[in-house]
Amino acid sequence: MVDPHRTAGHQTPAQPDLAGTQPASVQQGGEPAVVGGASSSLRHESAHLHVAGGARYVDDMPLPAGAVHVALGLSSKAHARIKHMGLDAVAAYPGVICVLTAKDIPGHNQISPVGAGDEPLLAEDEVFFCGQPLFAVVAQTRHAARHAAVLAQVEYEDLPAVLTVEQARAQGSALVCRSLEMTRGNAQQALAQAPCKLAGQLVVGGQEHFYLEGQAALAWPGEDGEMRVCSSTQHPTETQHMVAHVLDRPNNLVTVEVRRMGGGFGGKETQANIVACLAALAATHTGRPAKLRLDRDDDMLVTGKRHDFVIDYSVGFDKQGQVLGVDMELAARCGWSADLSGPVTDRAMFHADNAYYYPDVRLRSMPLRTNTQSNTAFRGFGGPQGAAAAERIMEEIAFATGLDPLDVRLRNVYGTTERNVTPYHMTVEDSIAGEVMTQLAEDCDYRKRREQIRAFNRTSPHMRRGIALTPVKFGISFTATHFNQAGALVHVYTDGSVQVNHGGTEMGQGLHTKMVQIAMREFGLPQDRVRITATTTGKVPNTSATAASSGADLNGMAVLAAVRTIKDRLVAFAATHWQVPPEQVRFTAAGVGVGEALVPFATLVNAAYMARVSLSSTGFYKTPKISWDAATGRGRPFYYFAYGAACAEVAVDLLTGENRIERVDILHDAGQSLNPDIDIGQIEGGFVQGAGWLTMEELFWDAAGRLRTHAPSTYKIPACSDRPRIFNVRLLQNAPNREDTIFRSKAVGEPPFVHGLAVLHGISDALASLDEYRTCPRLNAPATPEQILRVAERLRQHGGVKDEQA
Amino acid sequence: MRQHIRFYVGDTLHHLSDLPPDLTLLDWLREQQGRTGTKEGCNEGDCGACTVLVGRLEQGRVVWCAVNACIQLVWMLDGAQLLTVEDLRGANGQLHPVQQAMVDEHGSQCGFCTPGFVMSMVALSTQVDLAALEGTLDEERIINEALAGNLCRCTGYAPIVRAMKKAATYCASNGEPIRARMQEFITRLHHLQDGATVELRSPAGRVTLPASTDALAAAYAQDPAAVMVAGGTDVGLWITKRLRQLPHIIAVRSVQELHQIETRPDGALWIGAAVTYTQAMPFLVSHLPAAADALRRIGSTQVRNAATVCGNIGNGSPIGDGPPIFIAAGAELHLRCAQERRVIPLEAFFLAYGKQDIRPGEFIEGVCIPPQAPGSVWGVYKVSKRFDQDISAVLGAFRLVMAEDGTIQEACLAYGGMAGIPCRAKKAEAALLGQKRTQATLRAAQAAVKEDFTPLSDMRASAWYRTTVAANLLARLFDPDARHAPSGAPTLQNWQELAHG
Repeated sequence: MVDPHRTAGHQTPAQPDLAGTQPASVQQGGEPAVVGGASSSLRHESAHLHVAGGARYVDDMPLPAGAVHVALGLSSKAHARIKHMGLDAVAAYPGVICVLTAKDIPGHNQISPVGAGDEPLLAEDEVFFCGQPLFAVVAQTRHAARHAAVLAQVEYEDLPAVLTVEQARAQGSALVCRSLEMTRGNAQQALAQAPCKLAGQLVVGGQEHFYLEGQAALAWPGEDGEMRVCSSTQHPTETQHMVAHVLDRPNNLVTVEVRRMGGGFGGKETQANIVACLAALAATHTGRPAKLRLDRDDDMLVTGKRHDFVIDYSVGFDKQGQVLGVDMELAARCGWSADLSGPVTDRAMFHADNAYYYPDVRLRSMPLRTNTQSNTAFRGFGGPQGAAAAERIMEEIAFATGLDPLDVRLRNVYGTTERNVTPYHMTVEDSIAGEVMTQLAEDCDYRKRREQIRAFNRTSPHMRRGIALTPVKFGISFTATHFNQAGALVHVYTDGSVQVNHGGTEMGQGLHTKMVQIAMREFGLPQDRVRITATTTGKVPNTSATAASSGADLNGMAVLAAVRTIKDRLVAFAATHWQVPPEQVRFTAAGVGVGEALVPFATLVNAAYMARVSLSSTGFYKTPKISWDAATGRGRPFYYFAYGAACAEVAVDLLTGENRIERVDILHDAGQSLNPDIDIGQIEGGFVQGAGWLTMEELFWDAAGRLRTHAPSTYKIPACSDRPRIFNVRLLQNAPNREDTIFRSKAVGEPPFVHGLAVLHGISDALASLDEYRTCPRLNAPATPEQILRVAERLRQHGGVKDEQA
Repeated sequence: MRQHIRFYVGDTLHHLSDLPPDLTLLDWLREQQGRTGTKEGCNEGDCGACTVLVGRLEQGRVVWCAVNACIQLVWMLDGAQLLTVEDLRGANGQLHPVQQAMVDEHGSQCGFCTPGFVMSMVALSTQVDLAALEGTLDEERIINEALAGNLCRCTGYAPIVRAMKKAATYCASNGEPIRARMQEFITRLHHLQDGATVELRSPAGRVTLPASTDALAAAYAQDPAAVMVAGGTDVGLWITKRLRQLPHIIAVRSVQELHQIETRPDGALWIGAAVTYTQAMPFLVSHLPAAADALRRIGSTQVRNAATVCGNIGNGSPIGDGPPIFIAAGAELHLRCAQERRVIPLEAFFLAYGKQDIRPGEFIEGVCIPPQAPGSVWGVYKVSKRFDQDISAVLGAFRLVMAEDGTIQEACLAYGGMAGIPCRAKKAEAALLGQKRTQATLRAAQAAVKEDFTPLSDMRASAWYRTTVAANLLARLFDPDARHAPSGAPTLQNWQELAHG
């Protein structure tokens, strides 16, 4: 056997010899695996910067010389014709450089992400919601821009405004996009023939993203029409396209870059475009770098939120609690423009079964246009709203039959070989929701605790407790099939350090960490040898939004492809260079095994460079197996499903409606997790965000259509003391993804959000005690103290569902 | 008279003179000092992303307070030691134990709220030995309270709390690095205390920081159009949200005499105009034990560290939590205009929405809360959409004095959120007087309280909810489950204790 150290007789690298210094951990295929490599836990790649204030967000970047600042003027009317926009006082304010209106847009005043053509960047002659951007003030300082913006004198002529789902329906308001229908079997017939049937309505509120970092962008004009934009965006490619479109330039002149976001949750998938385009517009007009960072109130007034839904359902079932037929209409308040409301309302229907088999089913969406903010993507993308309807149906059946809701859920859960076809005709091949629920119920002693709680409630006048266990089955893939592709670009430098770039964006979910871990595992390198860089359209083009939980699935495979391409070249080189069979070249934590010898990675790389081997590669991935035809409502939109279950115990004060989450147990399926610690963090955070949506987070518009909860003083997201008192989160063990995903992991961004439903149902269970558990409380969301008190009053007074609008 | 302010940021002493009155600490740090670790999340003191640590000399020691930099005005820092997230690394660059624990426990995800959390956690670790409370309800309560003013949208808080506990354990055996530098901070802050009145002038306006009450009275009498600012947690929002210009600010907290807080020989509690809620808290809790839980939910730790008790009264808000409690306690307000002083019952101060019994140039010197009669029965209940750091939908502060024969001799039922001002439910009080504490009495009082008020419907609650809750809260005064006083009636605040023993 050759000695690579001797035969590699050129250029000793300056790097210290890494061989033997790397701690080995898990054995994989007999080789020591890298500590912190993919499928093991590793701290967030930026954690040390986060905690010390060294992690830079858009607003933290040192400003280029001569930078200007932008602030927006907003509509104060929900729907009106602009008679006159008086901007003289704005322009005259000290420090103001210019005031930009729709007329100043060189390209297209249009940023609809789906090409609906219904979303002007700046209002023209009509405003469609209160908060719509009218103009942009460009000034020397942000202080001056903000103070100037409020000086506008705008004369309006009021037009009729449609604000709510009820109003939109009553007035026959237009839809923002086509309605979708999914049918399988004959729901009407099944309902007619069912031994038991009932109908009801679920109202489920919207949600403000409340990313801690507000929308922000910094645009630099370059030479010859170039524009570089640092944006807090989940979708750099779309931001690039929108900036180019607004400025009337080809895409190749615009580069969009994002190192990290201070939270996104879907709120920066399309909404970041507004801010990026206006910053770029200001940069174009002034020829100077321009920054726009929205004040929190403006951010909440301008940008869209989670869709609120009114879901009417009819269900037929038998006395054993088995669903026979379901008919549902899902009406959503979409706001003034289409934005992503089409795919959002579609996904509400894709999850209107949650984890349950509906033998005969008809689902219809109703995406209603209203004079409110244009609702948009938000973690779960309509899925949680649909799942909420499925869980309400299970709850209704439980009360109607007197069964434990858990038993109704288990009775209706998808099978694996039969009762396994969804309303969209996809066969569920990997159903484990039943097993997960059963295991969780045992682990957390659900049935015994349920009895104890009922006993407690019989003797407690004002304080009541409740418990519920709900599942989640979440479809993974963009339902728009073409988005299921990703690219990566990996460079290995001659010192053996590695740079990883990919099309996904980091918003806190740990995507960049996971991508680093993939390269670490494949190359056998420690974390400090693998650098992730800012996401930029200049390195990886034509990317999809980091959304739909797909970030790690898609980009991970693309990174893997790029890494493997480089590895293949290195293996071929090493095999030739040191004359060993290629299969005897292995990348381990201790170094690259070449035959029986170990070569430091840097030595190999440098040798390969000297031999003129390319050390850089792109990687590309597209999800296999998927297809979807909205016209027929059929296909396999999802590559696979992620599962889980949550059990929540709550306490409710019947004097005030205040409530508290006493204990939560979650068992969640992340497949073979890429990073168990990060995934548990996603589950804990997703749960609390979901529970917040369903309990305290309430969006309130006044009669004039003004959002009155436009700051954290009025819009309350969960605080520290709102987390469950006891909070047990576990990952499902030994459950690798049955599909060939990145190291058999599963997506983990959105599915845990749905676990919040256990809290809503726990509160409902506590309320049901008022009526000896005879009546389904039909508790709507958000279950604020007021909503809870109303339901309590209704149950006390009527003991029934007659007065559901109480 | 000094014409500049002086304070330390990290180890650097700053002298500032040409300072706009409305320049916030956050803008100064980020835009002028390049300290971008401190983040702007909401610009109204609610999210805590801008939390910084302010150290001041109090009775010879340095007391560290977490405050929201977005609603601190730079001039407020005169004589203080400021620490931002950039100042926490040790001499050889190692992270503070709180920072390290946050890394190890995955306490950051997007990282934007993280510096603010770190600062609140460091503040707590300089104040309390949490490790000694490990596993107790007090540990939970103290952490929740310390972090109530920091919002995180990513983690669900669980890993942050784990990090806090881990850091506390570490500090218990290895010491807390900032506490270890106490003597150094004391020495440098001593040099900054000169007792001078300060006047700052800039093209944008001026700030007067009087050193004595007399100087304050004179300055305000001379310019009654000036805006009096104590903690600035309300005025800060005039600046950051309403974009108001404030050409002349007169500071309250520079006046040492107004920092007086004491229990007087007759048992009354005196709280001077410059006393913050945090400073007043131990006195208030001991004076009005039943109000402790509600008082701890006023604002957040950061807000209570800046906001004064008297400011909470002076701004005349109908939804301030302090006034109903103090009205129920029979508090008196001490007002001063130039050399003239007067004392009025607190409830008489609130005339109508936005209108108080205060004259131009007149200011609050302090509030005096009389001793509570033995046998007083108290109940104070705050109801809000979110438990912590939320504005009340309704706050009920109830005090009954029982006669020997078990009849209600005196009744004071004060509410916030029910009218344009904090006020008493006079009809409900009448329904209680002379009655025994029976369910029939309760029902009469509940019916009466609905007559007392016609509250507003807004984003916090509907009129129906407010009225219903105002009546329901009275039930706690009559709760048969209340083992001792009504403050023992089960609420979600004492639920944990009830459920566990």
